[in-house]
Amino acid sequence: MYSITITNAQYYNDLDGNQAGIKATINSTEMFVPLDPANSDYAEILRQVDAGTLTIQDAD
Amino acid sequence: MSRARDFADLAGAADAGTVAGTNLIINGDMAVAQRGTSSTSVTDGYYTVDRFSFTPVATDELAVTHSQSTTVPSGQGFANSWKLEVTTAETALAADELCIFRQQIEGQNLQHLAYGTSSAKSLTLSFWVRSSLIGKYSCLFYNLDATRTNLQSFTINTADTWEYKTITIDGDTDSGAGFDNDNGGSLQVAWIFAAGTDWTGTPHTGWGAHTQTDDYAFSDQVNFIAQTGTFYITGVKLEVGSTATPFLHESYGENLAKCQRYYWQNTTNAAYYAYQYVSTYKALPVFFPVPMRATPTADVSYSSGSFTPYQDDEYHFKAYIASSYTDTTGYNTSYVKFNAEL
Repeated sequence: MYSITITNAQYYNDLDGNQAGIKATINSTEMFVPLDPANSDYAEILRQVDAGTLTIQDAD
Repeated sequence: MSRARDFADLAGAADAGTVAGTNLIINGDMAVAQRGTSSTSVTDGYYTVDRFSFTPVATDELAVTHSQSTTVPSGQGFANSWKLEVTTAETALAADELCIFRQQIEGQNLQHLAYGTSSAKSLTLSFWVRSSLIGKYSCLFYNLDATRTNLQSFTINTADTWEYKTITIDGDTDSGAGFDNDNGGSLQVAWIFAAGTDWTGTPHTGWGAHTQTDDYAFSDQVNFIAQTGTFYITGVKLEVGSTATPFLHESYGENLAKCQRYYWQNTTNAAYYAYQYVSTYKALPVFFPVPMRATPTADVSYSSGSFTPYQDDEYHFKAYIASSYTDTTGYNTSYVKFNAEL
Protein backbone atom coordinates (compact mmCIF):
# COMPACT_ATOMS: atom_id res chain seq x y z
CA MET A 1 0.00 0.00 0.00
CA TYR A 2 2.76 2.43 0.89
CA SER A 3 5.82 3.06 -1.19
CA ILE A 4 9.37 4.02 -0.33
CA THR A 5 11.68 5.47 -2.96
CA ILE A 6 14.21 2.89 -4.13
CA THR A 7 16.70 3.54 -6.93
CA ASN A 8 20.06 2.21 -8.17
CA ALA A 9 19.32 -1.34 -7.05
CA GLN A 10 22.11 -3.76 -7.85
CA TYR A 11 22.98 -7.23 -6.61
CA TYR A 12 26.35 -7.62 -4.95
CA ASN A 13 28.40 -10.77 -4.56
CA ASP A 14 30.56 -11.67 -1.60
CA LEU A 15 34.17 -12.73 -1.87
CA ASP A 16 33.09 -16.32 -2.37
CA GLY A 17 31.21 -15.25 -5.48
CA ASN A 18 27.81 -15.84 -3.90
CA GLN A 19 24.96 -13.44 -4.49
CA ALA A 20 24.84 -11.81 -1.07
CA GLY A 21 22.40 -8.93 -1.20
CA ILE A 22 21.21 -5.80 -2.96
CA LYS A 23 22.89 -2.43 -2.79
CA ALA A 24 20.26 0.25 -3.28
CA THR A 25 19.51 3.89 -2.64
CA ILE A 26 16.54 3.95 -0.27
CA ASN A 27 14.99 7.32 0.48
CA SER A 28 18.22 8.99 -0.72
CA THR A 29 20.62 6.84 1.34
CA GLU A 30 22.74 4.00 -0.02
CA MET A 31 22.03 0.83 1.93
CA PHE A 32 22.78 -2.88 1.80
CA VAL A 33 19.66 -5.02 1.82
CA PRO A 34 19.96 -8.73 2.72
CA LEU A 35 18.14 -11.39 0.71
CA ASP A 36 15.97 -12.16 3.73
CA PRO A 37 12.25 -12.48 2.98
CA ALA A 38 11.53 -11.17 6.47
CA ASN A 39 13.42 -7.95 5.76
CA SER A 40 10.80 -5.33 4.89
CA ASP A 41 13.12 -3.45 2.51
CA TYR A 42 13.80 -6.64 0.55
CA ALA A 43 10.07 -7.36 0.44
CA GLU A 44 9.45 -3.84 -0.85
CA ILE A 45 12.15 -4.24 -3.51
CA LEU A 46 10.51 -7.46 -4.70
CA ARG A 47 7.12 -5.74 -4.72
CA GLN A 48 8.41 -2.89 -6.84
CA VAL A 49 10.16 -5.33 -9.20
CA ASP A 50 6.89 -7.25 -9.59
CA ALA A 51 5.08 -3.97 -10.24
CA GLY A 52 7.57 -3.17 -12.97
CA THR A 53 8.73 0.04 -11.33
CA LEU A 54 12.19 -1.18 -10.30
CA THR A 55 14.90 -3.22 -11.96
CA ILE A 56 17.77 -4.86 -10.08
CA GLN A 57 21.03 -4.71 -11.99
CA ASP A 58 23.35 -7.70 -12.03
CA ALA A 59 26.42 -7.68 -9.83
CA ASP A 60 29.61 -6.17 -11.24
CA MET B 1 -10.28 0.21 42.98
CA SER B 2 -11.20 -2.53 45.51
CA ARG B 3 -9.14 -5.65 46.17
CA ALA B 4 -12.10 -7.71 44.97
CA ARG B 5 -12.03 -5.83 41.67
CA ASP B 6 -8.24 -6.33 41.42
CA PHE B 7 -8.63 -10.08 41.89
CA ALA B 8 -11.51 -10.22 39.42
CA ASP B 9 -9.42 -8.43 36.80
CA LEU B 10 -6.48 -10.71 37.49
CA ALA B 11 -8.65 -13.78 37.13
CA GLY B 12 -10.04 -12.43 33.88
CA ALA B 13 -6.59 -11.80 32.53
CA ALA B 14 -5.46 -15.26 33.59
CA ASP B 15 -8.42 -16.71 31.74
CA ALA B 16 -7.30 -14.73 28.72
CA GLY B 17 -3.95 -16.47 28.85
CA THR B 18 -1.78 -13.50 29.63
CA VAL B 19 -0.48 -11.59 32.58
CA ALA B 20 -2.75 -8.71 33.51
CA GLY B 21 -1.90 -5.57 31.67
CA THR B 22 0.77 -6.93 29.33
CA ASN B 23 1.23 -4.36 26.58
CA LEU B 24 1.42 -5.65 23.01
CA ILE B 25 2.58 -2.20 21.90
CA ILE B 26 6.29 -1.41 22.20
CA ASN B 27 7.44 2.06 23.28
CA GLY B 28 3.90 3.15 24.05
CA ASP B 29 5.25 5.88 26.31
CA MET B 30 7.25 7.34 23.39
CA ALA B 31 10.39 7.37 25.55
CA VAL B 32 12.78 5.83 23.00
CA ALA B 33 13.69 7.83 19.91
CA GLN B 34 16.92 6.37 18.54
CA ARG B 35 16.71 7.95 15.08
CA GLY B 36 16.17 11.47 16.32
CA THR B 37 13.71 13.68 18.14
CA SER B 38 12.34 15.76 15.27
CA SER B 39 11.70 15.40 11.55
CA THR B 40 9.95 17.24 8.75
CA SER B 41 9.72 14.24 6.44
CA VAL B 42 6.44 13.68 4.62
CA THR B 43 7.25 10.24 3.23
CA ASP B 44 6.30 6.94 4.85
CA GLY B 45 8.82 5.84 7.43
CA TYR B 46 10.22 5.73 10.95
CA TYR B 47 11.71 9.05 12.00
CA THR B 48 11.40 9.85 15.70
CA VAL B 49 9.88 7.64 18.41
CA ASP B 50 10.81 4.00 17.89
CA ARG B 51 8.39 1.41 16.54
CA PHE B 52 5.84 3.96 15.34
CA SER B 53 5.82 5.08 11.72
CA PHE B 54 4.38 8.22 10.26
CA THR B 55 2.73 7.57 6.93
CA PRO B 56 1.48 10.29 4.63
CA VAL B 57 0.34 8.86 1.29
CA ALA B 58 0.20 10.99 -1.89
CA THR B 59 0.04 14.32 -0.05
CA ASP B 60 1.33 17.20 -2.19
CA GLU B 61 0.96 20.32 -0.07
CA LEU B 62 1.41 19.04 3.45
CA ALA B 63 4.33 20.24 5.56
CA VAL B 64 4.74 18.95 9.10
CA THR B 65 7.08 18.63 12.00
CA HIS B 66 6.77 15.38 13.90
CA SER B 67 8.72 14.98 17.09
CA GLN B 68 9.26 13.39 20.44
CA SER B 69 7.67 15.91 22.76
CA THR B 70 7.82 16.59 26.48
CA THR B 71 4.21 17.79 26.50
CA VAL B 72 2.40 15.09 28.48
CA PRO B 73 -0.79 14.54 30.46
CA SER B 74 -0.27 15.80 33.99
CA GLY B 75 0.18 13.30 36.79
CA GLN B 76 0.19 10.16 34.63
CA GLY B 77 3.89 9.41 34.88
CA PHE B 78 4.79 10.00 31.26
CA ALA B 79 7.83 12.03 30.22
CA ASN B 80 7.24 12.00 26.47
CA SER B 81 4.64 12.00 23.78
CA TRP B 82 4.68 11.94 19.99
CA LYS B 83 3.70 15.24 18.43
CA LEU B 84 2.47 15.99 14.94
CA GLU B 85 2.42 19.65 13.99
CA VAL B 86 0.92 20.64 10.67
CA THR B 87 2.82 23.70 9.49
CA THR B 88 1.38 23.87 5.96
CA ALA B 89 -2.10 22.50 5.42
CA GLU B 90 -3.23 20.06 2.75
CA THR B 91 -5.93 22.44 1.60
CA ALA B 92 -7.53 20.10 -0.93
CA LEU B 93 -7.62 16.45 0.15
CA ALA B 94 -7.47 14.36 -3.02
CA ALA B 95 -9.16 10.97 -3.21
CA ASP B 96 -5.89 9.04 -2.92
CA GLU B 97 -4.45 10.97 -0.02
CA LEU B 98 -4.05 9.49 3.44
CA CYS B 99 -2.17 10.41 6.60
CA ILE B 100 -1.74 7.99 9.51
CA PHE B 101 0.41 7.03 12.53
CA ARG B 102 0.83 3.32 13.13
CA GLN B 103 2.59 0.36 14.73
CA GLN B 104 2.82 -3.22 13.51
CA ILE B 105 3.12 -6.24 15.81
CA GLU B 106 4.83 -9.55 15.04
CA GLY B 107 2.58 -12.57 14.55
CA GLN B 108 4.55 -14.74 16.96
CA ASN B 109 3.67 -12.25 19.71
CA LEU B 110 -0.05 -12.61 19.00
CA GLN B 111 -0.56 -16.37 19.12
CA HIS B 112 -2.18 -16.20 22.58
CA LEU B 113 -5.04 -14.18 21.08
CA ALA B 114 -6.26 -17.41 19.43
CA TYR B 115 -7.58 -15.55 16.40
CA GLY B 116 -9.27 -17.81 13.91
CA THR B 117 -10.77 -19.96 16.67
CA SER B 118 -13.91 -19.78 18.78
CA SER B 119 -11.66 -18.74 21.68
CA ALA B 120 -10.41 -15.55 20.02
CA LYS B 121 -9.67 -12.93 22.68
CA SER B 122 -10.97 -9.39 22.90
CA LEU B 123 -8.44 -6.57 22.79
CA THR B 124 -8.51 -3.19 24.45
CA LEU B 125 -6.54 -0.23 23.18
CA SER B 126 -6.00 2.71 25.51
CA PHE B 127 -4.07 5.94 25.01
CA TRP B 128 -3.78 9.57 25.99
CA VAL B 129 -4.40 12.02 23.17
CA ARG B 130 -4.57 15.77 22.69
CA SER B 131 -5.51 17.60 19.53
CA SER B 132 -6.19 21.14 18.40
CA LEU B 133 -9.06 19.84 16.27
CA ILE B 134 -12.14 18.40 17.97
CA GLY B 135 -14.21 15.71 16.31
CA LYS B 136 -14.16 12.08 15.20
CA TYR B 137 -10.93 10.24 14.38
CA SER B 138 -10.66 6.73 12.95
CA CYS B 139 -8.59 4.00 14.54
CA LEU B 140 -7.89 0.94 12.41
CA PHE B 141 -7.02 -2.59 13.49
CA TYR B 142 -5.62 -4.43 10.49
CA ASN B 143 -4.88 -8.18 10.43
CA LEU B 144 -2.19 -8.14 7.75
CA ASP B 145 -2.00 -11.94 7.45
CA ALA B 146 -5.71 -12.47 6.84
CA THR B 147 -6.32 -9.08 5.16
CA ARG B 148 -9.12 -8.33 7.59
CA THR B 149 -9.85 -5.05 9.35
CA ASN B 150 -11.84 -3.67 12.22
CA LEU B 151 -12.46 0.07 12.09
CA GLN B 152 -13.16 2.00 15.28
CA SER B 153 -13.24 5.65 16.23
CA PHE B 154 -12.55 8.03 19.08
CA THR B 155 -13.67 11.60 19.62
CA ILE B 156 -11.67 14.62 20.68
CA ASN B 157 -14.13 16.55 22.83
CA THR B 158 -12.07 19.57 23.85
CA ALA B 159 -9.34 21.25 21.83
CA ASP B 160 -5.78 21.23 23.15
CA THR B 161 -6.68 19.16 26.20
CA TRP B 162 -5.37 15.72 27.13
CA GLU B 163 -8.08 13.04 26.99
CA TYR B 164 -7.89 9.34 27.85
CA LYS B 165 -9.45 7.02 25.26
CA THR B 166 -10.21 3.31 25.30
CA ILE B 167 -11.40 1.10 22.46
CA THR B 168 -12.35 -2.56 22.85
CA ILE B 169 -12.71 -4.94 19.92
CA ASP B 170 -13.93 -8.52 19.84
CA GLY B 171 -11.62 -11.36 18.93
CA ASP B 172 -11.86 -12.48 15.32
CA THR B 173 -13.29 -16.00 15.20
CA ASP B 174 -13.32 -16.27 11.42
CA SER B 175 -11.53 -19.48 10.46
CA GLY B 176 -9.10 -17.59 8.27
CA ALA B 177 -8.21 -14.96 10.83
CA GLY B 178 -5.27 -16.69 12.51
CA PHE B 179 -1.99 -14.79 12.81
CA ASP B 180 1.08 -16.35 11.21
CA ASN B 181 3.42 -17.70 13.87
CA ASP B 182 6.51 -15.94 12.59
CA ASN B 183 8.48 -12.71 12.76
CA GLY B 184 6.44 -10.89 10.13
CA GLY B 185 4.04 -8.05 10.77
CA SER B 186 0.59 -9.43 11.55
CA LEU B 187 -1.43 -6.77 13.33
CA GLN B 188 -1.32 -3.06 12.61
CA VAL B 189 -2.89 -0.43 14.81
CA ALA B 190 -3.29 2.92 13.07
CA TRP B 191 -4.58 6.35 14.00
CA ILE B 192 -6.01 8.19 10.99
CA PHE B 193 -5.49 11.94 10.58
CA ALA B 194 -7.04 12.29 7.14
CA ALA B 195 -8.34 10.00 4.43
CA GLY B 196 -9.42 10.82 0.88
CA THR B 197 -12.44 9.15 -0.62
CA ASP B 198 -10.37 6.24 -1.97
CA TRP B 199 -9.88 5.21 1.65
CA THR B 200 -13.42 5.67 2.93
CA GLY B 201 -16.84 4.34 2.07
CA THR B 202 -19.08 1.99 4.00
CA PRO B 203 -16.88 0.64 6.77
CA HIS B 204 -17.66 -2.26 9.06
CA THR B 205 -16.94 -1.73 12.75
CA GLY B 206 -16.41 -5.41 13.49
CA TRP B 207 -13.92 -7.75 11.87
CA GLY B 208 -14.40 -8.27 8.17
CA ALA B 209 -12.56 -8.70 4.91
CA HIS B 210 -10.51 -5.64 4.08
CA THR B 211 -10.97 -3.60 0.98
CA GLN B 212 -9.09 -0.35 0.71
CA THR B 213 -12.12 1.51 -0.55
CA ASP B 214 -14.38 0.93 2.39
CA ASP B 215 -12.39 0.04 5.44
CA TYR B 216 -9.58 2.43 6.16
CA ALA B 217 -11.38 5.39 7.67
CA PHE B 218 -14.82 6.75 8.39
CA SER B 219 -15.95 9.24 5.78
CA ASP B 220 -17.23 11.57 8.50
CA GLN B 221 -13.97 11.76 10.38
CA VAL B 222 -12.06 15.00 10.75
CA ASN B 223 -9.45 16.13 8.27
CA PHE B 224 -6.71 17.05 10.69
CA ILE B 225 -4.23 18.09 8.01
CA ALA B 226 -6.60 20.60 6.39
CA GLN B 227 -5.36 23.32 8.71
CA THR B 228 -2.37 24.03 10.89
CA GLY B 229 -2.56 22.39 14.29
CA THR B 230 -1.02 19.98 16.76
CA PHE B 231 -1.77 16.40 17.77
CA TYR B 232 -0.12 14.54 20.66
CA ILE B 233 -0.34 10.92 21.74
CA THR B 234 1.26 8.83 24.51
CA GLY B 235 0.55 5.99 26.90
CA VAL B 236 -0.48 3.66 24.11
CA LYS B 237 -1.43 0.24 25.40
CA LEU B 238 -2.98 -2.76 23.65
CA GLU B 239 -3.95 -5.58 25.96
CA VAL B 240 -6.00 -8.74 26.09
CA GLY B 241 -9.45 -8.36 27.58
CA SER B 242 -12.24 -5.85 27.58
CA THR B 243 -10.91 -3.62 30.36
CA ALA B 244 -8.20 -1.02 30.06
CA THR B 245 -5.71 -1.41 32.87
CA PRO B 246 -3.10 1.19 33.88
CA PHE B 247 -0.07 1.68 31.66
CA LEU B 248 2.89 -0.39 32.82
CA HIS B 249 5.89 1.91 33.00
CA GLU B 250 9.03 0.00 32.05
CA SER B 251 12.60 1.06 32.68
CA TYR B 252 14.19 2.90 29.79
CA GLY B 253 16.63 0.02 29.34
CA GLU B 254 13.87 -2.57 28.98
CA ASN B 255 12.05 -0.39 26.50
CA LEU B 256 15.22 0.35 24.52
CA ALA B 257 16.13 -3.33 24.26
CA LYS B 258 12.68 -4.14 22.87
CA CYS B 259 13.05 -1.37 20.30
CA GLN B 260 16.53 -2.53 19.30
CA ARG B 261 15.08 -5.77 18.01
CA TYR B 262 13.72 -3.62 15.17
CA TYR B 263 16.24 -0.79 14.83
CA TRP B 264 19.64 -0.02 16.23
CA GLN B 265 22.28 2.60 15.55
CA ASN B 266 25.61 3.77 16.88
CA THR B 267 26.56 7.15 15.50
CA THR B 268 29.75 7.47 17.50
CA ASN B 269 32.59 8.14 15.07
CA ALA B 270 35.23 5.39 14.96
CA ALA B 271 33.25 3.02 17.17
CA TYR B 272 34.33 -0.01 15.13
CA TYR B 273 37.64 -0.78 13.40
CA ALA B 274 38.59 -3.22 10.68
CA TYR B 275 41.18 -5.90 11.42
CA GLN B 276 43.38 -7.98 9.17
CA TYR B 277 41.93 -11.49 9.15
CA VAL B 278 43.80 -12.94 6.16
CA SER B 279 46.73 -11.55 4.23
CA THR B 280 44.62 -9.86 1.58
CA TYR B 281 41.46 -8.78 3.37
CA LYS B 282 40.36 -6.78 6.36
CA ALA B 283 37.03 -7.43 8.12
CA LEU B 284 34.92 -5.12 10.23
CA PRO B 285 32.39 -6.83 12.51
CA VAL B 286 29.59 -5.18 14.48
CA PHE B 287 27.66 -7.22 17.02
CA PHE B 288 24.11 -6.14 17.78
CA PRO B 289 23.09 -5.43 21.40
CA VAL B 290 20.09 -7.77 21.03
CA PRO B 291 19.19 -10.23 18.26
CA MET B 292 17.26 -8.33 15.62
CA ARG B 293 13.90 -9.37 14.22
CA ALA B 294 15.45 -10.34 10.88
CA THR B 295 18.70 -9.72 9.05
CA PRO B 296 18.64 -5.93 8.95
CA THR B 297 19.21 -3.47 6.16
CA ALA B 298 22.62 -1.91 6.77
CA ASP B 299 23.41 1.77 6.45
CA VAL B 300 27.07 1.98 7.37
CA SER B 301 29.46 4.83 6.73
CA TYR B 302 33.21 4.14 6.65
CA SER B 303 36.16 6.45 7.12
CA SER B 304 37.58 5.23 3.84
CA GLY B 305 37.28 2.43 1.33
CA SER B 306 34.39 0.46 -0.09
CA PHE B 307 33.32 -2.45 2.11
CA THR B 308 31.08 -5.34 1.13
CA PRO B 309 28.78 -7.02 3.68
CA TYR B 310 29.53 -10.69 4.27
CA GLN B 311 27.26 -13.34 5.80
CA ASP B 312 25.52 -10.93 8.13
CA ASP B 313 22.50 -12.11 10.06
CA GLU B 314 20.17 -11.07 12.89
CA TYR B 315 23.01 -11.31 15.42
CA HIS B 316 25.78 -9.36 13.73
CA PHE B 317 26.97 -7.44 10.72
CA LYS B 318 30.37 -7.68 9.14
CA ALA B 319 31.92 -6.37 5.98
CA TYR B 320 35.25 -6.82 4.27
CA ILE B 321 37.61 -4.87 2.05
CA ALA B 322 40.58 -5.97 -0.03
CA SER B 323 43.60 -4.75 1.90
CA SER B 324 47.03 -6.15 2.74
CA TYR B 325 49.12 -6.10 5.90
CA THR B 326 51.17 -3.27 4.43
CA ASP B 327 48.12 -1.06 3.87
CA THR B 328 48.66 1.87 6.23
CA THR B 329 45.10 3.21 5.93
CA GLY B 330 43.03 3.07 9.09
CA TYR B 331 39.55 1.73 8.42
CA ASN B 332 36.72 2.46 10.82
CA THR B 333 33.06 3.30 10.81
CA SER B 334 31.65 6.82 10.95
CA TYR B 335 28.24 5.49 11.92
CA VAL B 336 26.24 2.27 11.78
CA LYS B 337 22.47 2.02 11.42
CA PHE B 338 20.55 -1.24 11.16
CA ASN B 339 16.89 -1.51 10.28
CA ALA B 340 14.75 -4.61 10.75
CA GLU B 341 11.47 -2.79 11.19
CA LEU B 342 8.19 -4.22 10.06
